[in-house]
Amino acid sequence: MPRVGVFICWCGSNIAGTVDIARVVEAVAEMPQVVHVEDNKYTCSEPGQASIRKAVSDHRLDRVVVAACSPRMHENTFRKTIAAAGLNPYLLEVANLREQCSWVHEDKEAATVKAIDLVRMAVAKVCRHVPLFTSQSPVTKRAVVIGGGIAGIQAALDIADAGHEVVLVERTPSLGGHMAQLDKTFPTLDCSACILTPKMVEVAQHPKITIYAYSEVEKVDGYVGNFTVTIRRKARSVDETRCTGCGVCMTRCPSNVPNEFDVGLGKRKAIYVPFPQAVPNKATIDREHCIYYQRGRCRICERVCEAKAIVFDQPDELIEVQAGAIVAATGYAQFDHSVYGEYGYGQYPDVITGLEFERLVCASGPTEGKIKRPSDGRIPETVVFIKCVGSRDENKGVSYCSRTCCMYTAKHAILTREKIPGSRVYIFYMDVRTAGKGYEEFYRRATEEYGARYVRGRVSRIYPKGGRLVVVGEDTILGRKAVVEADMVVLAAAMVPQPDAGAIARTLGVSYDQDGFLTEAHPKLRPVETNTAGVFLAGACQGPKDIPDTVAQASAAASKAAALLCREALETEAMIASVDESRCSGCLWCEAVCPYKAITAKTITERVRGKNVSRTVAEVNKSLCHGCGACTVACRDGAMNLLGFTNQQILAEVEAVCL
Amino acid sequence: MRTYAYYPGCSLEGTAKEYDRSLRAVAPLLGIHLAELHDWSCCGSSAAHATSHHLGLALAARNLNLAVPRSGQPADLLVPCAMCYNRLRVTARELAADPGLRADVETEIGAPFAGGPVKTRALPEVLWKDVGPEAISQAVVHPLDGLKIACYYGCLLVRPMEATGWDDAEDPKSLDDIVAATGAEPVVWSHKVECCGGGLSISRRELVGKLVADILTAAQDAGADAIVTACPMCHANLDTRQGLAAAAAGRPLAVPVLYITQLLGLACGLPERKLSLRSHLTSVGPLLAKIRDLKNQAQAAGEGGS
Repeated sequence: MPRVGVFICWCGSNIAGTVDIARVVEAVAEMPQVVHVEDNKYTCSEPGQASIRKAVSDHRLDRVVVAACSPRMHENTFRKTIAAAGLNPYLLEVANLREQCSWVHEDKEAATVKAIDLVRMAVAKVCRHVPLFTSQSPVTKRAVVIGGGIAGIQAALDIADAGHEVVLVERTPSLGGHMAQLDKTFPTLDCSACILTPKMVEVAQHPKITIYAYSEVEKVDGYVGNFTVTIRRKARSVDETRCTGCGVCMTRCPSNVPNEFDVGLGKRKAIYVPFPQAVPNKATIDREHCIYYQRGRCRICERVCEAKAIVFDQPDELIEVQAGAIVAATGYAQFDHSVYGEYGYGQYPDVITGLEFERLVCASGPTEGKIKRPSDGRIPETVVFIKCVGSRDENKGVSYCSRTCCMYTAKHAILTREKIPGSRVYIFYMDVRTAGKGYEEFYRRATEEYGARYVRGRVSRIYPKGGRLVVVGEDTILGRKAVVEADMVVLAAAMVPQPDAGAIARTLGVSYDQDGFLTEAHPKLRPVETNTAGVFLAGACQGPKDIPDTVAQASAAASKAAALLCREALETEAMIASVDESRCSGCLWCEAVCPYKAITAKTITERVRGKNVSRTVAEVNKSLCHGCGACTVACRDGAMNLLGFTNQQILAEVEAVCL
Repeated sequence: MRTYAYYPGCSLEGTAKEYDRSLRAVAPLLGIHLAELHDWSCCGSSAAHATSHHLGLALAARNLNLAVPRSGQPADLLVPCAMCYNRLRVTARELAADPGLRADVETEIGAPFAGGPVKTRALPEVLWKDVGPEAISQAVVHPLDGLKIACYYGCLLVRPMEATGWDDAEDPKSLDDIVAATGAEPVVWSHKVECCGGGLSISRRELVGKLVADILTAAQDAGADAIVTACPMCHANLDTRQGLAAAAAGRPLAVPVLYITQLLGLACGLPERKLSLRSHLTSVGPLLAKIRDLKNQAQAAGEGGS
């Protein structure tokens, strides 16, 4: 006969306010297997736990039920408590009287009856619990960081500085990401490249970091501590080991292509290094625009390359990297404002985005830092900035705030007023949000010192008139129409997930939200972890972020990853699937439904009526199994059981509540 | 030939008679068969829905009930008037969303509301999506090459987005595409969905003068020979208030305003009398003269070439 102890928690008034604890205690004391019951104001507190430990020894308890909050909160706490009292930690069951009872009901009578039922179920189940044990799996001491923007760079440096190897994967030809495209950074106005490129160089020279640029993660197998990451190294058509980055090929290449780095405002060649400070400083041939690949003739680059680095028939290369942790730092994309008919569907050349403005105002940009209209190269006198284009617009864009636009628009206003004497700057806004160190002061400088004119209201239409753009909006403070004839309009387009964020999430086995951003395990308490152990998030792939927040999150993700890589071995799950080979028919439906590839076929030999007979059964890999339970549902023979949630245990609960 | 249930609405029997006549004339050429609803009544627009929310809904609900397809012949309800279209769409939406309101309205009309599934469609929507620019250009016998048209949508045709939704609410394209199919050039202009002040035409004349002046001058500045619309209220306002607008703008304004069906009729070779072109207050004479000139030039050029 099992000896069960039941500990009922008040959780202050959280449970006791809706559930009559005294009646629950009374009812539980009547249950035949229960030899001890008590209630505590806070069972999770140290005195509460001490009382559990004491009761286990005083009453020789061999099983414990804690009736308190969700097992997600404190199951681990109480497992440790009973382990300290000498019991196997899995001889515990938690009855959730808070999230599933007191918090969701108002009727005290009904809630009390339900609470008693919940405890009865837990008691019935725990009586069928058996001791479970974990095993150990080793940790590969290497991290893969996906994305070479500032988030990935920071995370890679921090993990490498902690002494672990890092493989940094970047899909474009160079590290740098969006930050490399920016001119100045708010609120201190230091030049983006000046603070970024030293970090890029540091990455390149770090003995612990391997960079795979122009590469993409194709597949991720394995589990925390033991991932196998398949990386496609796209063919640069240039031998990286030979290319010196001298740039002669770029001067002679006859093909001109819109330059992605300048957001299409400038031109590059078909063989190119995206920007002068690129890391690695190696040329790449864009085969789609290369005359040789398209028409079979040219090969000028090959002739002029003294290092003999051009390899036209270079294939893509697939490499496998073993890693213990993965950091996703895949960044963001800019909202496509062409859905806004009222702003010209993206058809007016002088209506540009904030990122395009960054390139215009940047000394390394296509205009060498002179703010010129893309249409005719004229210096604009009146510039209108429109904030929240796509952001906070559920009809055409996204519901969230992109967080960076208020600040970079204030910066753009300052830069415009500085670079174009006598210019006029208007900013149409919904709200000005400046939550950050030095941010409000920066915004005030834009208005007070630099005379940026803030107009509170949305813009309803932009139309061309005689080579200029008429911006029609509403000034909601003055309560009247605001019409500005502008030479250039800059749209603060929303930050949105990368277009393939869903595919990235599926490759990594992490979840993403309704907007497409990768989801953290807990919005407050586990902000850089994902629900998949060993995969961490850094930067704007998780949500819109400015540079300071991105760097902070990257360092946080790195410290989590480094802490994981510091361990020699990880404890595997104890509550995993287990096969009853005598019942298994070998149909392997379980193999088909297993999301972790933890089930394989195995042949066993049995003696049946004096003969050796071989047959196929399922086998569970203890390291790979996460205990999700999908296989137990798929199993037609009832041979698959999830330890800690066996069919017998669940049925005992059902009987306890229904009979 | 595709059959549509046809709801003309009161305007098309009064101030917008030419819209009805030109639609009936051009419809067969575009493969549209109009089956007029029997016993239709006011849609509940303007006077009714401004007086009482319920009255506006009840009148529209009554007409939607009439349009429920019988004997297995599903037919979309074609509504040329933008206001009627808007009332019928909004009513169906409101009654679907609010069962209590629906029960009230059912009491008021003395019948259950069965018109929920009726597909109410605006004329430009049918021309654009069902007929299509390609079929329109095939029906054109006198291409209007060289003519510049400002397409004016007004407020009610494409708004609110959740009740209409078939064209962009801020920068609609349907009329532009239809006009382009006639060979005429739809000009890019700023005021295609600005309010004309139709609802205030009587009560606040000075304001209407300014709003109409803005629209007409914008069309003129964009080089348009005429404005094309699909709304009787907009038409009445833009056509009849040009004197008021000229005073507000401080410059002479004489911009012909045509219904889309009239322009289609011209392009499809219908005689002018079938299109009631002479019933507008702002003369379309200069426009017709220009069309003739362009046609003669084209012919001369064609003969010269051959």
